[in-house]
Amino acid sequence: MSSFVGYANYFAVIILMMGGLYVIFSTSNLIKRMIGLSILQTSVGLFYITTSKVFGGTVPILIDEDDPARAELASRLDPAYFESAAYDGVVYSNPLPHVLILTAIVVGVATLAVGLAIAVRVREAYGTVEREEIERKDRIRHAHESYEDELDETEASEADA
Amino acid sequence: MTEYAPHLDTNTIVNFGLLAMLLAVLVAIVRTRSLLAAVLLMGIYSLISAVWFVVLDAADVAFTEAVVGAGVSTAFLLGAILLTRTESLTKRWQDMVMPGLVCVGAGVLLFYAALDLPLFGDPSAPANAHVGRFYIEETKNDVGVPNIVTAVLASYRGFDTLGETIVVFAGGIGVALMLGFGERSMGDLPPALRSPVMEALAESDHHVVLRSVAKLLIPIIALYAFYVQFHGEVGAGGGFQAGVIFAVAVILHALIFGLADTMDAIPPELARAFAALGVLLYSGVGVINMINGGNFLDYDHLFPLAFEAGLPGSHLSGGYHHWGQHFGIIIIELGVLFTVAATMIAMFYAFAGRAADVVGEGARG
Repeated sequence: MSSFVGYANYFAVIILMMGGLYVIFSTSNLIKRMIGLSILQTSVGLFYITTSKVFGGTVPILIDEDDPARAELASRLDPAYFESAAYDGVVYSNPLPHVLILTAIVVGVATLAVGLAIAVRVREAYGTVEREEIERKDRIRHAHESYEDELDETEASEADA
Repeated sequence: MTEYAPHLDTNTIVNFGLLAMLLAVLVAIVRTRSLLAAVLLMGIYSLISAVWFVVLDAADVAFTEAVVGAGVSTAFLLGAILLTRTESLTKRWQDMVMPGLVCVGAGVLLFYAALDLPLFGDPSAPANAHVGRFYIEETKNDVGVPNIVTAVLASYRGFDTLGETIVVFAGGIGVALMLGFGERSMGDLPPALRSPVMEALAESDHHVVLRSVAKLLIPIIALYAFYVQFHGEVGAGGGFQAGVIFAVAVILHALIFGLADTMDAIPPELARAFAALGVLLYSGVGVINMINGGNFLDYDHLFPLAFEAGLPGSHLSGGYHHWGQHFGIIIIELGVLFTVAATMIAMFYAFAGRAADVVGEGARG
């Protein structure tokens, strides 16, 4: 039982991550891909916060010396465990991953907006945001261009002759 | 130290419940073909993960995820599908096999790797025992603000946060370069053309209730942004969250009263200027510290020594009056607020400004 509780969060987060990755891989729609990327990004956040949790801990905001919440928080924990985990009479969760993920989320929305802007421009240039349709239109245009190049070349060689 | 063994408490059970909800939402996102549904489910996904962050003691992260994930990024995604299309193509099952295999394979490898990770909640795990522990123990002396997350974000790792602020700024520039600053929207129509359009909009107005409620709510949301901003040292909150909340107030205004009115209140030029001003303010604080003989962003040197000595309480030993740290954090958080709020508004203008075009196309066609 204890090993299940110890690892279940990691397993759940990995499934969420792979779900996001699957959305990115399986769809050809650029907007849906950005959604998949967001899921992947949020799941990485979930992973970091999972590692930052300390059992019986509280939000890493220092509690006043005379706050009655201190005694209540301490009373929930086994004394031996409390001794090993507490700082200054309170068990705090690890603040560092919080900082990393907080800024990553805001940067994530900025990059999401850039990605969506690219998708909008792709739609304006190609009339679609489906990868396969874009590739097909590209192939047609390449074929067209190389045909025109060939025409130019034949004309040039005829002029030489 | 005794061996740590995780056991089931209420927190952990709620945590499992929320993870199960996340998995259910994920399945729905994978299965749906409607992009509108996927975007709204994405908002739900963010909101559930915000609640989950609270359960795992990450109040500041929860705050950010709630306003960014469920608020602004949903608005951006909706703007993008309005500008592109609302339905993705049906896939043949053959096309789903390879991605599925790759993801299952990678997932199995990660499962295997996860077995080497420290147990959930272990206080002596490497991540929690060394540098994280250092921040918890030293914040009171070094920085002197109760919220350790703010202390790490703004002071210990201020350089990092400066980089992130610049990334947000750069993202704003990128969107503006690709989509413009919203100048194609009605906000920049010549006045002669504009008033008939606005009158037509006003006549077709069914949203009396929405408008009345929004008029009440928008000032409160904006005020709340400033509360979050200046309360960030003491409780959960800070420049990033406040910036996004302020942008949400502006976006709500634009959604209900029309982009043109919003652009009258907050012109795109103003948003542009404030985005740059925020970055300047942040790095300016760093430069002042250098001029006063400290390192870049070392707020202990924010005030010249003679001035600092004259401030009340600055002689206290034990470092309970950190004037430099307090002012440094307030100013750089203000810089973050300016950049984040202005960039989000500019991005929204960029998407919404294009939308006027597309809607016009539809009306013609």
